[in-house]
Amino acid sequence: MSIRQKTLLRVAAAGLLLGASALAAQAQDTVKIGLIVPMTGGQASTGKQIDNAVKLYMQQHGDTVAGKKIEVILKDDAAVPDNTKRLAQELIVNDKVNIIAGFGVTPAAFAAAPLATQAKVPEVVMAAGTSVITEKSPYIVRTSFTLGQSSTIIGDWAVKNGIKKVATLTSDYAPGHDALKFFKEHFTAGGGQIVEEVKVPLANPDFAPFLQRMKDAKPDAMFVFVPAGQGGNFMKQYAERGLDKSGIKVIGPGDVMDDDLLNGMGDSALGAVTAHIYSAAHPSQVNKDFVAAYKKAYNQRPGFMAVGGYDGIHLIYAALQKTGGKADGDSLIAAMKGMAWESPRGPISIDPETRDIVQNVYIRKVEKKDGELYNVEFETFKDVKDPGKTKK
Amino acid sequence: MTALLTILFDGVAYGMLLFVLSCGLAVTLGLMNFVNLAHGAFAMAGGYICAVLVNQSGVPFFVALPMAFIASALIGLVMEQTLYKHLYHRNPLDQVLFTIGLVFMAVTVVDYIMGSSQIFIHLPAMLEGQFNIFGIGVGRYRLMIIVICGLLTLGIQLTLANTRFGSRLRAAVDDPRAASGLGINVPQVFALTFAFGSGLAGLGGALGAEILGLDPYFPLKFMIYFLIVVTVGGSQTITGPFLASLLLGVADVAGKYYVPKLGAFVIYTVMIVILIWRPNGLFGRVAQR
Amino acid sequence: MSADHGVGEVSLRRARWGHGETAFWLIAIAAIFVFSDRYLILTEMAWLGLFALSLDLILGYAGIVSLGHAAFFGVGAYAAGLLAVHGIVKEPILALVVAGCAAMVLGFATSFLVIRGSELSQLMVTLGIALLLRELANKFSDITGGFDGLQGIVIDPILGLFSFDIFGKVGFIYCLVVLFVLFLLARLIVHSPFGLSLRAIRNNPLRAAAIGIPVNRRLIAIYTLSAFYAGIAGALFTQTTALASLDVFSFERSADLLLVLVIGGAGYLYGGLIGAVVFRVLQDMFSSWTPQFWQFWIGLVLVLIVLIGRERMYRGVMWLPRLAMRRMTSLSRSAS
Repeated sequence: MSIRQKTLLRVAAAGLLLGASALAAQAQDTVKIGLIVPMTGGQASTGKQIDNAVKLYMQQHGDTVAGKKIEVILKDDAAVPDNTKRLAQELIVNDKVNIIAGFGVTPAAFAAAPLATQAKVPEVVMAAGTSVITEKSPYIVRTSFTLGQSSTIIGDWAVKNGIKKVATLTSDYAPGHDALKFFKEHFTAGGGQIVEEVKVPLANPDFAPFLQRMKDAKPDAMFVFVPAGQGGNFMKQYAERGLDKSGIKVIGPGDVMDDDLLNGMGDSALGAVTAHIYSAAHPSQVNKDFVAAYKKAYNQRPGFMAVGGYDGIHLIYAALQKTGGKADGDSLIAAMKGMAWESPRGPISIDPETRDIVQNVYIRKVEKKDGELYNVEFETFKDVKDPGKTKK
Repeated sequence: MTALLTILFDGVAYGMLLFVLSCGLAVTLGLMNFVNLAHGAFAMAGGYICAVLVNQSGVPFFVALPMAFIASALIGLVMEQTLYKHLYHRNPLDQVLFTIGLVFMAVTVVDYIMGSSQIFIHLPAMLEGQFNIFGIGVGRYRLMIIVICGLLTLGIQLTLANTRFGSRLRAAVDDPRAASGLGINVPQVFALTFAFGSGLAGLGGALGAEILGLDPYFPLKFMIYFLIVVTVGGSQTITGPFLASLLLGVADVAGKYYVPKLGAFVIYTVMIVILIWRPNGLFGRVAQR
Repeated sequence: MSADHGVGEVSLRRARWGHGETAFWLIAIAAIFVFSDRYLILTEMAWLGLFALSLDLILGYAGIVSLGHAAFFGVGAYAAGLLAVHGIVKEPILALVVAGCAAMVLGFATSFLVIRGSELSQLMVTLGIALLLRELANKFSDITGGFDGLQGIVIDPILGLFSFDIFGKVGFIYCLVVLFVLFLLARLIVHSPFGLSLRAIRNNPLRAAAIGIPVNRRLIAIYTLSAFYAGIAGALFTQTTALASLDVFSFERSADLLLVLVIGGAGYLYGGLIGAVVFRVLQDMFSSWTPQFWQFWIGLVLVLIVLIGRERMYRGVMWLPRLAMRRMTSLSRSAS
């Protein structure tokens, strides 16, 4: 025993020495971007879409902007906030990155916020969707969306289109609560009635009992928010329970109808109406090119997470162009404020006051085109700001 | 009343599914005293094999199911012969370390080959939707699960009780040394049983893809559920895990239906209460120390 | 451990402070100066090591297995976070003790559920408790901040003198000191008659009871103490990262912990610390090499550790340094 103990102690010493990491040499003419996304764990598909989109953009636009070489350092935080914080800090202090980007979930974006402020490094949020994120640091910019944007619009739309009674089914965590809150406000203000409210545990294998409650409540439509990735499962069981035939429509923010999964859901998804910021079927040339290039590179349809990443890296490129290659935090943030461009999702801009994204929200219906399912947009709400902030 | 019956039906289907998925784990644990946390990986393998066969090669679903079973059983057999066999007498913590390592590897390999998004198996139209019997909503797919799993359980039970292999197996469980002294080829019995358990898991994975979803993290996500079933049911018999699965399935579904606010708590609370009441599981014998 | 020596003699020899131990702590202190750009990961190793130490106390010394130790870690983390947010106890060290006590209370309350039953049911009951706590923390989101995590944690300077810096230097030294103090305490406890009685229980509870050891009371005591340690580890986590979110209770955290301890080896106190260093170094190495597929390599290492056997593997690792040592000594001998 005691010999083994001593050996192990020596091994530990060796391990500590091995743990050294080489300090990356800092060249003057590179701009480094630390991309922190979940590449493993339950949120892995979010991280992969963002990573794919960033790589695609850099392939298309080259890796030099305004005379600077762009270098992206990819890190996996598995959506665990303490990992995010450590990685962000090490990227800032050791790798001397100029920008941190990514952030698959809200707690991860929160965890990095104080570092962004302290080190004056812009934090480009490409996925996380809670309203208050951008208020956590003056260096945060968002290129994804907030749940308020889509949930309020679908609430208004439901009222206008004669939907009176709605049952809600939302995941029991912060984004789900956000979606529900915004929808309820707008829907009940327009005279709608919530007949049943169910919150589903986040780790939930079987939707059956909750769907049965929905069915019993006999609403005109059900409002659904489940995180990206669970949507397919949900729709499968929705059809299994015969809810599609009983005339209860599915409405909600578009997360449940993520393009990533839509095609696997089968015909049960047909006719679902959702409000969202991006559809792979968005009829613009920019989007057609984007979808074609993405499909060619990764043999897969891009979802809204990919677009968040694509726009995020574009924003960084455009800001560098504007500052003429000056890569300090304050100049970059100043350049990003008010930036407007044509994204695959449509025209978008960065609100100069809140640094949050302003974009069109589309009402879409799932239809079949060329044998594949798509969210086909049929109504547009222009330049929607985050309702979480406009209220104040 | 009809709502109650529908919920009961859903719960039974869910429980049956849990049973097929975790049955193999109960066997390896009870029989070989081996903590196989990688059990879910076999289920995942079955699910993905079925999905590839149906979606990409156009094999009919009902043909793909037995193929998923056979393929997972073969994988199980190979793994047992090459790796597991050498670890039966190791300390349980080493077994945990080893099988968790296998899970990590399986997760990444599947992620690498199939991508990290969820996938679905295209079902034949006859399995979709629901029909009514006296006002009770009966899901076609769930009905199929109940039928298949019910028959399987019956088959397993009869095999164990009435066949020569069954009695050898029971002898090997009770006392491997005495059994081998009687001329029973214990390693062979172990290998076949392990393969069969893996096959069952694979079948469960294929059947469960529709209800539980299928992605590379399946083995990690559902490891807890398998363990709950085995612990609550006890690993000494097949009836134990079977009844435990049904109980947990019905309790989970009914709990979520009647008190959705406490939905997430039900399964864990039921487990803790049962284990406090009967520390060796509902149907476990007194632990042999 | 041969049976020829008296038990007392063996345990006395074990209790003596060895050169290896001095070297270990010297290296840990040296890390402050050598790896000045990796303080955060060193800090993680320190609190993970303490956390693993707490599991070692029950697993290695009393034979209680747990797959839900994150329950205490989480309670400690949230307690430290809440104390800081509401300004109840401002001073970090004091808050640390309070948070540890909170976890200890939970440990005492749940020990009655855990100490009976087979190993498997111990695993599952502990796991169940941790998962229930996670759901509770999610439900009471007005207190805990729910899924988004506790917001607005600001940690005051330690003793009012040393404030936490962005490089994590103060944080690391703080964790290291706490770890060292608690390690000494644990060392004292396991080598005391109390610790020896625990080992007797682990080896054979029936015999232990027969010679008059109050088995259940001893188990409850060590379980409670272990919960205290885990709570402190959680509080250190919150104080150094200013974070507390639901994943502190997660199954992954408990499972990783078990891996850490098994890698290092249970039952001699250093196992957890060494395991924490090895595990984090591997994780960091693989994940910066391939952010997408690092889990595969971790898995492979775990499988190899078991297949090759820990002893043989370490012998292999130590082959080169040992050779160097031998050369050095023979050189110095021939020189003189």
